[in-house]
Amino acid sequence: MIYAEILAGGKGTRMGNINMPKQFLTLNNKPIIIHTIEKFILNDRFDKILVVSPKEWIIHTKDIIKKYIAGDDRIVVVEGGKDRNDSIMSGINYIEKSFGLNDDDVIVTHDSVRPFLTHRIIEENIDSALEYRAVDTVIEAIDTIIESTDGEIISNIPVRSSMYQGQTPQSFNIKMLVDHYHSLSDEQKNILTDACKICALKGENVKLVKGEVFNIKVTTPYDLKVANAIIQESIGR
Amino acid sequence: MINQVYRLVSPRQFEVTYNDESLQTDYVVVRPTHLSICAADQRYYTGTRGKQTMAKKLPMALIHEGIGKVVYDAKGEFKTGTPVVMVPNIPTEEDDIIAENYLRSSKFRSSGYDGFMQDYVFLKRDRLVQLPEDMSPHVAAFIELITITMHALVRFEQKAHSRRDTFGVWGDGNLGFISALILKKRYPNSKIYLFGKTKYKMEHFSFIDEAYNIDEIPEDVRIDHAFECAGGKGSQDAINQIIDYIHPEGSIAILGVSEYPVEINTRMILEKGLTVIGSSRSGKADFVNTVEFMKEIPEVVEYLELLVGSVHEVRTIQDIIDAFEKDLTTSWGKTIMEWKI
Repeated sequence: MIYAEILAGGKGTRMGNINMPKQFLTLNNKPIIIHTIEKFILNDRFDKILVVSPKEWIIHTKDIIKKYIAGDDRIVVVEGGKDRNDSIMSGINYIEKSFGLNDDDVIVTHDSVRPFLTHRIIEENIDSALEYRAVDTVIEAIDTIIESTDGEIISNIPVRSSMYQGQTPQSFNIKMLVDHYHSLSDEQKNILTDACKICALKGENVKLVKGEVFNIKVTTPYDLKVANAIIQESIGR
Repeated sequence: MINQVYRLVSPRQFEVTYNDESLQTDYVVVRPTHLSICAADQRYYTGTRGKQTMAKKLPMALIHEGIGKVVYDAKGEFKTGTPVVMVPNIPTEEDDIIAENYLRSSKFRSSGYDGFMQDYVFLKRDRLVQLPEDMSPHVAAFIELITITMHALVRFEQKAHSRRDTFGVWGDGNLGFISALILKKRYPNSKIYLFGKTKYKMEHFSFIDEAYNIDEIPEDVRIDHAFECAGGKGSQDAINQIIDYIHPEGSIAILGVSEYPVEINTRMILEKGLTVIGSSRSGKADFVNTVEFMKEIPEVVEYLELLVGSVHEVRTIQDIIDAFEKDLTTSWGKTIMEWKI
Protein backbone atom coordinates (compact mmCIF):
# COMPACT_ATOMS: atom_id res chain seq x y z
CA MET A 1 0.00 0.00 0.00
CA ILE A 2 1.05 3.54 -0.64
CA TYR A 3 0.22 6.13 2.01
CA ALA A 4 0.48 9.89 2.16
CA GLU A 5 0.95 11.63 5.47
CA ILE A 6 0.48 15.36 5.65
CA LEU A 7 2.14 16.77 8.73
CA ALA A 8 0.18 19.59 10.27
CA GLY A 9 1.47 19.21 13.78
CA GLY A 10 2.96 22.69 14.07
CA LYS A 11 1.35 25.46 16.04
CA GLY A 12 2.84 28.25 13.97
CA THR A 13 4.95 30.10 16.47
CA ARG A 14 7.11 31.55 13.72
CA MET A 15 4.11 33.25 12.15
CA GLY A 16 4.06 35.78 14.96
CA ASN A 17 1.09 36.81 16.99
CA ILE A 18 -1.70 34.91 15.31
CA ASN A 19 -4.41 32.84 16.84
CA MET A 20 -4.20 29.87 14.50
CA PRO A 21 -1.53 27.40 13.42
CA LYS A 22 -0.01 28.48 10.11
CA GLN A 23 -1.49 25.60 8.10
CA PHE A 24 -4.96 27.12 8.56
CA LEU A 25 -4.05 30.57 7.27
CA THR A 26 -5.54 31.28 3.90
CA LEU A 27 -3.83 31.43 0.58
CA ASN A 28 -6.13 33.06 -1.95
CA ASN A 29 -9.10 32.53 0.40
CA LYS A 30 -8.49 28.85 1.08
CA PRO A 31 -6.57 27.34 4.02
CA ILE A 32 -3.02 26.39 3.02
CA ILE A 33 -3.51 22.83 4.25
CA ILE A 34 -6.44 22.37 1.86
CA HIS A 35 -4.30 23.39 -1.12
CA THR A 36 -1.77 20.80 0.00
CA ILE A 37 -4.28 17.98 0.60
CA GLU A 38 -5.81 18.60 -2.84
CA LYS A 39 -2.49 17.90 -4.56
CA PHE A 40 -2.43 14.49 -2.89
CA ILE A 41 -6.04 13.75 -3.73
CA LEU A 42 -5.19 14.11 -7.43
CA ASN A 43 -2.77 11.21 -7.22
CA ASP A 44 -4.67 7.95 -7.45
CA ARG A 45 -1.73 5.82 -6.31
CA PHE A 46 -2.40 6.70 -2.66
CA ASP A 47 -4.54 4.23 -0.77
CA LYS A 48 -4.94 6.52 2.24
CA ILE A 49 -4.10 10.13 2.91
CA LEU A 50 -3.43 10.78 6.60
CA VAL A 51 -3.58 14.30 7.93
CA VAL A 52 -1.80 14.64 11.25
CA SER A 53 -3.11 17.46 13.39
CA PRO A 54 -2.50 18.76 16.92
CA LYS A 55 -5.18 17.32 19.22
CA GLU A 56 -6.96 20.63 19.82
CA TRP A 57 -7.22 21.33 16.08
CA ILE A 58 -8.57 17.96 14.94
CA ILE A 59 -12.19 19.06 14.79
CA HIS A 60 -11.29 22.23 12.94
CA THR A 61 -9.18 20.24 10.45
CA LYS A 62 -12.05 17.82 9.86
CA ASP A 63 -14.48 20.70 9.39
CA ILE A 64 -12.46 22.52 6.77
CA ILE A 65 -11.77 19.28 4.89
CA LYS A 66 -15.51 18.68 4.83
CA LYS A 67 -16.14 22.24 3.72
CA TYR A 68 -13.59 22.44 0.90
CA ILE A 69 -13.19 18.83 -0.15
CA ALA A 70 -16.33 16.87 -0.72
CA GLY A 71 -16.17 13.15 -0.14
CA ASP A 72 -12.85 11.42 -0.53
CA ASP A 73 -12.88 8.45 1.76
CA ARG A 74 -9.11 8.13 1.54
CA ILE A 75 -8.61 11.10 3.90
CA VAL A 76 -8.18 10.37 7.62
CA VAL A 77 -7.35 12.91 10.32
CA VAL A 78 -5.01 11.55 12.98
CA GLU A 79 -3.76 13.08 16.21
CA GLY A 80 -0.13 14.20 16.10
CA GLY A 81 2.70 13.53 18.53
CA LYS A 82 5.07 15.67 20.57
CA ASP A 83 7.51 16.33 17.73
CA ARG A 84 7.85 15.74 14.02
CA ASN A 85 9.00 12.12 14.15
CA ASP A 86 6.51 11.29 16.86
CA SER A 87 3.78 12.66 14.59
CA ILE A 88 5.00 10.53 11.69
CA MET A 89 4.85 7.54 14.03
CA SER A 90 1.30 8.43 15.12
CA GLY A 91 0.25 8.12 11.52
CA ILE A 92 2.11 4.85 11.13
CA ASN A 93 0.51 3.50 14.33
CA TYR A 94 -2.88 4.30 12.83
CA ILE A 95 -1.93 2.43 9.66
CA GLU A 96 -0.68 -0.56 11.62
CA LYS A 97 -3.85 -0.75 13.68
CA SER A 98 -6.22 -0.25 10.78
CA PHE A 99 -4.57 -2.12 7.93
CA GLY A 100 -1.49 -3.90 9.29
CA LEU A 101 2.00 -3.36 7.92
CA ASN A 102 3.34 -5.08 4.82
CA ASP A 103 6.99 -5.30 3.83
CA ASP A 104 6.60 -3.11 0.77
CA ASP A 105 4.32 -0.42 2.25
CA VAL A 106 5.64 3.09 1.72
CA ILE A 107 4.68 6.44 3.16
CA VAL A 108 5.14 9.87 1.57
CA THR A 109 5.36 12.46 4.37
CA HIS A 110 4.88 16.11 3.54
CA ASP A 111 4.69 19.47 5.31
CA SER A 112 1.13 20.77 5.27
CA VAL A 113 2.53 24.27 4.62
CA ARG A 114 4.22 23.38 1.32
CA PRO A 115 1.25 23.72 -1.04
CA PHE A 116 3.29 24.34 -4.21
CA LEU A 117 4.57 20.82 -4.72
CA THR A 118 4.01 19.23 -8.10
CA HIS A 119 2.72 15.99 -9.55
CA ARG A 120 6.29 15.08 -10.55
CA ILE A 121 7.68 15.51 -7.04
CA ILE A 122 5.00 13.21 -5.61
CA GLU A 123 5.42 10.61 -8.37
CA GLU A 124 9.20 10.52 -8.02
CA ASN A 125 8.88 10.20 -4.25
CA ILE A 126 6.61 7.18 -4.61
CA ASP A 127 8.77 5.54 -7.28
CA SER A 128 12.01 6.15 -5.38
CA ALA A 129 10.55 5.03 -2.04
CA LEU A 130 9.55 1.74 -3.64
CA GLU A 131 13.01 1.34 -5.15
CA TYR A 132 15.40 2.84 -2.53
CA ARG A 133 13.34 2.66 0.71
CA ALA A 134 14.24 6.22 1.79
CA VAL A 135 13.82 9.47 -0.12
CA ASP A 136 14.47 13.14 0.54
CA THR A 137 13.34 16.01 -1.69
CA VAL A 138 16.05 18.63 -2.16
CA ILE A 139 17.14 21.58 -4.23
CA GLU A 140 20.71 22.55 -4.93
CA ALA A 141 21.92 25.11 -2.38
CA ILE A 142 21.50 28.58 -3.78
CA ASP A 143 23.38 30.53 -1.13
CA THR A 144 26.71 29.44 0.25
CA ILE A 145 26.16 27.42 3.41
CA ILE A 146 28.16 28.63 6.39
CA GLU A 147 28.70 26.43 9.40
CA SER A 148 29.30 27.96 12.78
CA THR A 149 29.16 25.88 15.89
CA ASP A 150 29.13 28.82 18.30
CA GLY A 151 27.13 31.29 16.21
CA GLU A 152 29.99 33.77 16.35
CA ILE A 153 32.78 32.52 14.14
CA ILE A 154 32.84 30.40 11.00
CA SER A 155 33.87 26.87 11.72
CA ASN A 156 33.47 25.59 8.17
CA ILE A 157 32.32 26.56 4.68
CA PRO A 158 31.32 23.42 2.84
CA VAL A 159 31.74 23.23 -0.95
CA ARG A 160 28.49 24.64 -2.29
CA SER A 161 28.24 22.26 -5.25
CA SER A 162 27.70 19.34 -2.92
CA MET A 163 25.25 21.19 -0.64
CA TYR A 164 21.50 20.82 -0.95
CA GLN A 165 18.55 22.31 0.87
CA GLY A 166 16.04 19.86 2.24
CA GLN A 167 12.37 20.21 1.37
CA THR A 168 9.57 17.69 1.63
CA PRO A 169 8.16 15.19 0.80
CA GLN A 170 10.34 12.68 2.59
CA SER A 171 9.32 9.12 1.86
CA PHE A 172 10.06 5.81 3.44
CA ASN A 173 9.52 2.13 3.44
CA ILE A 174 7.38 2.03 6.56
CA LYS A 175 8.83 -1.06 8.22
CA MET A 176 12.38 0.17 7.69
CA LEU A 177 11.60 3.53 9.27
CA VAL A 178 9.81 1.98 12.24
CA ASP A 179 12.69 -0.41 12.92
CA HIS A 180 15.28 2.36 12.86
CA TYR A 181 13.18 4.72 14.94
CA HIS A 182 12.57 2.18 17.65
CA SER A 183 16.27 1.38 17.86
CA LEU A 184 16.99 4.95 19.01
CA SER A 185 17.36 5.93 22.65
CA ASP A 186 15.06 8.67 23.98
CA GLU A 187 17.98 11.04 23.94
CA GLN A 188 18.75 10.27 20.29
CA LYS A 189 15.09 10.72 19.43
CA ASN A 190 15.25 14.24 20.84
CA ILE A 191 18.29 15.16 18.76
CA LEU A 192 17.41 13.40 15.51
CA THR A 193 14.40 15.45 14.41
CA ASP A 194 14.77 14.60 10.73
CA ALA A 195 13.55 11.17 9.67
CA CYS A 196 15.91 11.07 6.68
CA LYS A 197 18.83 11.71 9.00
CA ILE A 198 17.82 8.71 11.09
CA CYS A 199 17.82 6.56 7.95
CA ALA A 200 21.17 7.92 6.75
CA LEU A 201 22.78 7.37 10.17
CA LYS A 202 21.47 3.82 10.19
CA GLY A 203 23.22 3.15 6.91
CA GLU A 204 20.33 3.48 4.46
CA ASN A 205 20.96 4.99 1.04
CA VAL A 206 18.59 7.95 1.05
CA LYS A 207 17.73 8.78 -2.55
CA LEU A 208 17.51 12.45 -3.59
CA VAL A 209 14.50 13.64 -5.54
CA LYS A 210 14.78 17.04 -7.19
CA GLY A 211 12.48 19.56 -5.53
CA GLU A 212 11.58 22.97 -6.88
CA VAL A 213 12.67 26.43 -5.76
CA PHE A 214 9.00 27.34 -5.55
CA ASN A 215 8.16 24.41 -3.27
CA ILE A 216 8.42 26.83 -0.38
CA LYS A 217 7.43 26.28 3.20
CA VAL A 218 4.97 28.96 4.27
CA THR A 219 6.28 29.60 7.77
CA THR A 220 6.68 33.31 8.24
CA PRO A 221 4.45 36.29 7.40
CA TYR A 222 6.95 37.04 4.62
CA ASP A 223 6.42 33.57 3.09
CA LEU A 224 2.66 34.06 3.19
CA LYS A 225 3.04 37.35 1.35
CA VAL A 226 5.25 35.74 -1.27
CA ALA A 227 2.87 32.79 -1.68
CA ASN A 228 -0.14 35.07 -2.13
CA ALA A 229 1.77 37.26 -4.55
CA ILE A 230 2.79 34.46 -6.88
CA ILE A 231 -0.76 33.17 -7.06
CA GLN A 232 -2.26 36.61 -7.60
CA GLU A 233 0.18 37.21 -10.44
CA SER A 234 -1.47 34.50 -12.50
CA ILE A 235 -5.08 35.34 -11.81
CA GLY A 236 -7.10 36.73 -14.66
CA ARG A 237 -6.09 34.32 -17.38
CA MET B 1 -5.23 23.60 -5.29
CA ILE B 2 -2.29 25.41 -6.76
CA ASN B 3 -1.83 24.30 -10.33
CA GLN B 4 1.45 24.78 -12.14
CA VAL B 5 1.06 26.15 -15.66
CA TYR B 6 4.12 26.13 -17.92
CA ARG B 7 3.78 29.19 -20.11
CA LEU B 8 5.79 30.52 -23.00
CA VAL B 9 6.66 34.09 -21.99
CA SER B 10 8.83 35.05 -24.96
CA PRO B 11 10.41 33.11 -27.83
CA ARG B 12 12.21 30.00 -26.54
CA GLN B 13 11.51 30.93 -22.90
CA PHE B 14 9.10 29.06 -20.63
CA GLU B 15 8.21 29.99 -17.08
CA VAL B 16 6.10 28.29 -14.47
CA THR B 17 3.07 30.17 -13.17
CA TYR B 18 0.57 29.17 -10.54
CA ASN B 19 -3.20 29.11 -10.80
CA ASP B 20 -5.48 28.51 -7.86
CA GLU B 21 -8.13 25.98 -8.91
CA SER B 22 -11.02 24.42 -7.06
CA LEU B 23 -11.78 20.72 -7.32
CA GLN B 24 -15.41 21.15 -6.34
CA THR B 25 -16.69 22.40 -9.67
CA ASP B 26 -18.29 20.94 -12.76
CA TYR B 27 -14.86 20.66 -14.36
CA VAL B 28 -13.12 17.33 -14.76
CA VAL B 29 -9.46 17.28 -13.74
CA VAL B 30 -7.10 15.51 -16.11
CA ARG B 31 -3.43 14.76 -15.64
CA PRO B 32 -1.78 15.09 -19.07
CA THR B 33 0.36 12.05 -19.92
CA HIS B 34 1.40 12.48 -23.57
CA LEU B 35 1.57 15.77 -25.46
CA SER B 36 2.38 16.32 -29.10
CA ILE B 37 4.01 19.39 -30.64
CA CYS B 38 2.22 21.07 -33.55
CA ALA B 39 3.66 23.45 -36.14
CA ALA B 40 1.38 26.14 -34.70
CA ASP B 41 3.10 25.73 -31.30
CA GLN B 42 6.45 26.08 -33.03
CA ARG B 43 5.41 29.36 -34.59
CA TYR B 44 4.93 30.74 -31.07
CA TYR B 45 8.01 29.03 -29.66
CA THR B 46 10.29 30.44 -32.33
CA GLY B 47 8.52 33.81 -32.38
CA THR B 48 7.57 33.67 -36.06
CA ARG B 49 3.97 34.66 -35.35
CA GLY B 50 4.89 38.33 -35.58
CA LYS B 51 5.42 40.86 -32.84
CA GLN B 52 1.83 41.98 -32.43
CA THR B 53 0.39 38.47 -32.19
CA MET B 54 3.13 37.44 -29.75
CA ALA B 55 2.48 40.46 -27.55
CA LYS B 56 -1.25 39.80 -27.58
CA LYS B 57 -1.18 36.06 -26.90
CA LEU B 58 1.78 35.54 -24.56
CA PRO B 59 2.30 34.49 -21.85
CA MET B 60 0.43 31.32 -22.71
CA ALA B 61 0.77 27.57 -22.19
CA LEU B 62 1.36 25.85 -25.53
CA ILE B 63 0.14 22.49 -26.88
CA HIS B 64 -3.31 21.56 -28.09
CA GLU B 65 -2.64 17.92 -28.98
CA GLY B 66 -2.64 15.61 -26.01
CA ILE B 67 -4.08 12.84 -23.93
CA GLY B 68 -4.25 12.21 -20.22
CA LYS B 69 -6.08 10.38 -17.51
CA VAL B 70 -8.93 11.56 -15.36
CA VAL B 71 -7.78 12.21 -11.79
CA TYR B 72 -10.83 13.90 -10.34
CA ASP B 73 -14.47 14.35 -11.22
CA ALA B 74 -16.58 15.87 -8.48
CA LYS B 75 -19.71 14.49 -10.16
CA GLY B 76 -18.25 11.02 -10.35
CA GLU B 77 -19.23 10.45 -13.99
CA PHE B 78 -15.66 9.84 -15.14
CA LYS B 79 -13.89 7.11 -13.22
CA THR B 80 -10.45 8.01 -11.89
CA GLY B 81 -7.82 6.63 -14.23
CA THR B 82 -9.96 6.79 -17.38
CA PRO B 83 -7.72 7.51 -20.38
CA VAL B 84 -9.04 10.44 -22.39
CA VAL B 85 -8.18 12.65 -25.31
CA MET B 86 -8.61 16.36 -24.57
CA VAL B 87 -10.55 18.61 -26.96
CA PRO B 88 -8.78 21.98 -27.35
CA ASN B 89 -11.72 23.89 -28.81
CA ILE B 90 -13.85 25.62 -26.18
CA PRO B 91 -17.20 26.87 -27.50
CA THR B 92 -19.02 29.51 -25.48
CA GLU B 93 -22.31 29.39 -27.41
CA GLU B 94 -24.29 27.05 -29.67
CA ASP B 95 -25.36 27.66 -33.24
CA ASP B 96 -27.60 25.53 -35.46
CA ILE B 97 -25.62 26.24 -38.62
CA ILE B 98 -22.11 27.21 -37.64
CA ALA B 99 -19.94 24.44 -36.17
CA GLU B 100 -18.25 25.04 -32.82
CA ASN B 101 -14.80 25.40 -34.36
CA TYR B 102 -15.96 28.23 -36.63
CA LEU B 103 -17.81 30.31 -34.05
CA ARG B 104 -15.76 33.45 -33.55
CA SER B 105 -16.62 33.34 -29.85
CA SER B 106 -14.97 29.95 -29.33
CA LYS B 107 -11.66 29.76 -27.56
CA PHE B 108 -8.84 27.51 -28.63
CA ARG B 109 -6.09 26.16 -26.44
CA SER B 110 -2.57 27.31 -27.23
CA SER B 111 -4.00 30.12 -29.32
CA GLY B 112 -4.83 32.91 -26.90
CA TYR B 113 -5.91 30.44 -24.20
CA ASP B 114 -3.71 28.20 -22.05
CA GLY B 115 -2.86 24.89 -23.70
CA PHE B 116 -2.16 21.53 -22.10
CA MET B 117 1.32 22.22 -20.66
CA GLN B 118 0.06 22.20 -17.08
CA ASP B 119 0.35 20.02 -14.00
CA TYR B 120 -3.38 19.35 -14.29
CA VAL B 121 -5.87 20.46 -16.93
CA PHE B 122 -9.36 21.50 -15.85
CA LEU B 123 -11.83 20.68 -18.63
CA LYS B 124 -15.56 21.01 -19.09
CA ARG B 125 -16.96 17.49 -19.11
CA ASP B 126 -17.96 17.64 -22.77
CA ARG B 127 -14.33 18.37 -23.73
CA LEU B 128 -13.16 14.80 -23.07
CA VAL B 129 -13.45 11.69 -25.17
CA GLN B 130 -12.67 8.34 -23.60
CA LEU B 131 -9.92 6.25 -25.20
CA PRO B 132 -9.59 2.48 -25.28
CA GLU B 133 -7.07 1.29 -22.67
CA ASP B 134 -4.91 -0.46 -25.23
CA MET B 135 -4.46 2.33 -27.79
CA SER B 136 -0.84 3.37 -28.34
CA PRO B 137 -0.44 6.55 -26.26
CA HIS B 138 2.18 7.92 -28.65
CA VAL B 139 -0.31 7.78 -31.52
CA ALA B 140 -3.24 8.88 -29.37
CA ALA B 141 -1.22 11.95 -28.38
CA PHE B 142 -1.76 13.44 -31.83
CA ILE B 143 -5.41 12.44 -32.30
CA GLU B 144 -6.20 16.14 -32.53
CA LEU B 145 -4.25 16.28 -35.78
CA ILE B 146 -6.20 13.28 -37.09
CA THR B 147 -9.46 15.04 -36.23
CA ILE B 148 -8.42 17.84 -38.61
CA THR B 149 -8.57 15.38 -41.49
CA MET B 150 -11.71 13.75 -40.11
CA HIS B 151 -13.39 17.13 -39.88
CA ALA B 152 -12.34 18.10 -43.42
CA LEU B 153 -13.65 14.74 -44.66
CA VAL B 154 -17.05 15.24 -43.05
CA ARG B 155 -17.33 18.65 -44.70
CA PHE B 156 -16.13 17.25 -48.01
CA GLU B 157 -18.80 14.53 -47.88
CA GLN B 158 -21.51 17.12 -47.27
CA LYS B 159 -20.44 19.38 -50.11
CA ALA B 160 -18.69 17.41 -52.87
CA HIS B 161 -20.35 15.57 -55.79
CA SER B 162 -20.67 11.83 -55.50
CA ARG B 163 -18.13 10.59 -58.07
CA ARG B 164 -15.17 9.66 -55.90
CA ASP B 165 -13.01 7.43 -58.09
CA THR B 166 -9.76 9.29 -57.65
CA PHE B 167 -8.43 11.51 -54.88
CA GLY B 168 -5.28 13.60 -54.93
CA VAL B 169 -3.47 14.49 -51.71
CA TRP B 170 -0.92 17.30 -51.97
CA GLY B 171 1.72 17.31 -49.25
CA ASP B 172 4.05 14.56 -47.99
CA GLY B 173 4.17 15.70 -44.35
CA ASN B 174 2.28 14.54 -41.29
CA LEU B 175 -1.11 15.88 -42.34
CA GLY B 176 -0.68 14.53 -45.90
CA PHE B 177 0.11 11.09 -44.48
CA ILE B 178 -2.92 11.12 -42.21
CA SER B 179 -5.25 12.42 -44.92
CA ALA B 180 -4.09 9.92 -47.53
CA LEU B 181 -4.41 7.09 -45.01
CA ILE B 182 -7.90 8.02 -43.86
CA LEU B 183 -9.09 8.53 -47.44
CA LYS B 184 -7.75 5.09 -48.41
CA LYS B 185 -9.49 3.42 -45.47
CA ARG B 186 -12.71 5.36 -45.97
CA TYR B 187 -12.78 4.78 -49.75
CA PRO B 188 -10.97 1.49 -50.24
CA ASN B 189 -12.18 1.23 -53.85
CA SER B 190 -11.00 4.69 -54.83
CA LYS B 191 -7.56 5.50 -56.15
CA ILE B 192 -5.50 7.71 -53.83
CA TYR B 193 -2.66 9.64 -55.46
CA LEU B 194 0.01 11.41 -53.49
CA PHE B 195 1.66 14.55 -54.82
CA GLY B 196 4.83 15.33 -52.91
CA LYS B 197 8.36 16.52 -53.35
CA THR B 198 10.58 14.68 -50.86
CA LYS B 199 11.38 11.15 -51.94
CA TYR B 200 12.15 9.61 -48.57
CA LYS B 201 9.00 11.05 -47.05
CA MET B 202 6.88 9.77 -49.93
CA GLU B 203 8.29 6.29 -49.40
CA HIS B 204 6.41 6.08 -46.10
CA PHE B 205 3.09 6.15 -47.98
CA SER B 206 2.99 2.41 -48.68
CA PHE B 207 -0.82 2.25 -48.79
CA ILE B 208 -1.51 4.65 -51.68
CA ASP B 209 -2.09 3.78 -55.32
CA GLU B 210 0.41 6.14 -56.92
CA ALA B 211 2.91 8.76 -55.81
CA TYR B 212 3.95 11.64 -58.04
CA ASN B 213 6.75 14.12 -57.63
CA ILE B 214 5.16 17.53 -58.07
CA ASP B 215 7.78 18.43 -60.68
CA GLU B 216 7.15 15.32 -62.78
CA ILE B 217 3.41 14.81 -62.95
CA PRO B 218 2.36 13.06 -66.18
CA GLU B 219 0.12 15.26 -68.33
CA ASP B 220 -2.78 12.81 -68.37
CA VAL B 221 -3.19 12.43 -64.62
CA ARG B 222 -6.64 13.55 -63.46
CA ILE B 223 -8.41 13.46 -60.11
CA ASP B 224 -12.02 13.89 -59.02
CA HIS B 225 -11.22 15.68 -55.76
CA ALA B 226 -8.21 16.98 -53.92
CA PHE B 227 -6.96 17.51 -50.37
CA GLU B 228 -4.34 20.21 -49.96
CA CYS B 229 -2.07 19.43 -47.01
CA ALA B 230 0.98 21.46 -47.94
CA GLY B 231 0.45 24.66 -45.98
CA GLY B 232 2.80 27.63 -45.72
CA LYS B 233 4.30 29.05 -48.89
CA GLY B 234 3.85 25.71 -50.63
CA SER B 235 0.09 25.92 -50.49
CA GLN B 236 0.02 28.44 -53.36
CA ASP B 237 1.76 26.09 -55.79
CA ALA B 238 -0.19 23.13 -54.46
CA ILE B 239 -3.59 24.76 -54.93
CA ASN B 240 -2.71 25.99 -58.42
CA GLN B 241 -1.46 22.55 -59.40
CA ILE B 242 -4.67 21.00 -58.08
CA ILE B 243 -6.68 23.43 -60.19
CA ASP B 244 -4.72 22.23 -63.24
CA TYR B 245 -5.16 18.49 -62.64
CA ILE B 246 -8.65 18.27 -61.18
CA HIS B 247 -11.69 17.32 -63.25
CA PRO B 248 -14.35 20.04 -63.66
CA GLU B 249 -16.86 20.30 -60.82
CA GLY B 250 -14.41 18.72 -58.41
CA SER B 251 -13.89 19.83 -54.83
CA ILE B 252 -10.68 21.06 -53.28
CA ALA B 253 -10.40 20.73 -49.51
CA ILE B 254 -7.83 23.15 -48.20
CA LEU B 255 -6.25 22.07 -44.91
CA GLY B 256 -2.82 23.69 -44.95
CA VAL B 257 -2.40 26.86 -42.93
CA SER B 258 -0.47 29.73 -44.47
CA GLU B 259 0.78 32.71 -42.51
CA TYR B 260 0.45 34.96 -45.60
CA PRO B 261 -2.26 35.32 -48.27
CA VAL B 262 -1.62 33.16 -51.34
CA GLU B 263 -2.49 33.86 -54.97
CA ILE B 264 -4.64 31.27 -56.66
CA ASN B 265 -5.92 30.87 -60.20
CA THR B 266 -9.51 31.93 -59.70
CA ARG B 267 -10.11 32.08 -63.47
CA MET B 268 -9.77 28.30 -63.72
CA ILE B 269 -11.79 27.77 -60.55
CA LEU B 270 -14.60 29.58 -62.35
CA GLU B 271 -14.08 27.86 -65.71
CA LYS B 272 -14.03 24.41 -64.16
CA GLY B 273 -16.82 25.16 -61.70
CA LEU B 274 -14.73 23.98 -58.79
CA THR B 275 -15.75 23.97 -55.14
CA VAL B 276 -13.17 25.09 -52.62
CA ILE B 277 -13.86 23.85 -49.11
CA GLY B 278 -12.00 25.51 -46.31
CA SER B 279 -11.69 23.81 -42.98
CA SER B 280 -9.90 24.57 -39.79
CA ARG B 281 -9.47 22.83 -36.48
CA SER B 282 -12.19 20.47 -35.30
CA GLY B 283 -14.90 19.98 -32.69
CA LYS B 284 -15.96 17.40 -30.14
CA ALA B 285 -17.92 15.35 -32.71
CA ASP B 286 -14.78 14.96 -34.82
CA PHE B 287 -12.91 13.56 -31.82
CA VAL B 288 -15.68 11.04 -31.21
CA ASN B 289 -15.66 10.04 -34.90
CA THR B 290 -11.89 9.76 -35.00
CA VAL B 291 -11.63 7.57 -31.90
CA GLU B 292 -14.40 5.33 -33.27
CA PHE B 293 -12.63 5.13 -36.64
CA MET B 294 -9.37 4.12 -34.95
CA LYS B 295 -11.17 1.50 -32.87
CA GLU B 296 -12.96 0.05 -35.90
CA ILE B 297 -9.86 -0.12 -38.08
CA PRO B 298 -6.91 -0.93 -35.78
CA GLU B 299 -4.68 -1.02 -38.84
CA VAL B 300 -4.97 2.77 -38.96
CA VAL B 301 -3.21 3.00 -35.59
CA GLU B 302 -0.49 0.65 -36.87
CA TYR B 303 0.15 2.90 -39.86
CA LEU B 304 0.11 5.99 -37.68
CA GLU B 305 2.88 4.53 -35.51
CA LEU B 306 5.13 5.47 -38.44
CA LEU B 307 4.41 9.11 -37.64
CA VAL B 308 5.85 8.92 -34.13
CA GLY B 309 9.08 10.77 -34.83
CA SER B 310 10.69 11.12 -31.43
CA VAL B 311 9.57 10.66 -27.85
CA HIS B 312 10.93 12.84 -25.05
CA GLU B 313 10.52 12.32 -21.35
CA VAL B 314 9.81 15.74 -19.84
CA ARG B 315 10.58 16.35 -16.17
CA THR B 316 11.95 19.90 -16.28
CA ILE B 317 11.50 23.10 -18.25
CA GLN B 318 14.84 22.37 -19.92
CA ASP B 319 13.37 19.06 -21.15
CA ILE B 320 10.51 21.02 -22.75
CA ILE B 321 13.00 23.26 -24.56
CA ASP B 322 15.00 20.22 -25.69
CA ALA B 323 11.84 18.62 -27.11
CA PHE B 324 10.88 21.78 -29.02
CA GLU B 325 14.42 22.21 -30.36
CA LYS B 326 14.61 18.58 -31.45
CA ASP B 327 11.25 18.94 -33.16
CA LEU B 328 12.59 21.89 -35.17
CA THR B 329 15.34 19.74 -36.63
CA THR B 330 13.14 16.74 -37.31
CA SER B 331 11.91 16.48 -40.86
CA TRP B 332 9.54 13.54 -40.47
CA GLY B 333 6.99 12.65 -37.85
CA LYS B 334 5.57 14.07 -34.67
CA THR B 335 7.49 14.93 -31.52
CA ILE B 336 5.82 13.48 -28.44
CA MET B 337 6.45 14.60 -24.88
CA GLU B 338 5.89 12.05 -22.13
CA TRP B 339 4.62 14.53 -19.57
CA LYS B 340 6.31 13.72 -16.26
CA ILE B 341 6.95 17.25 -15.05
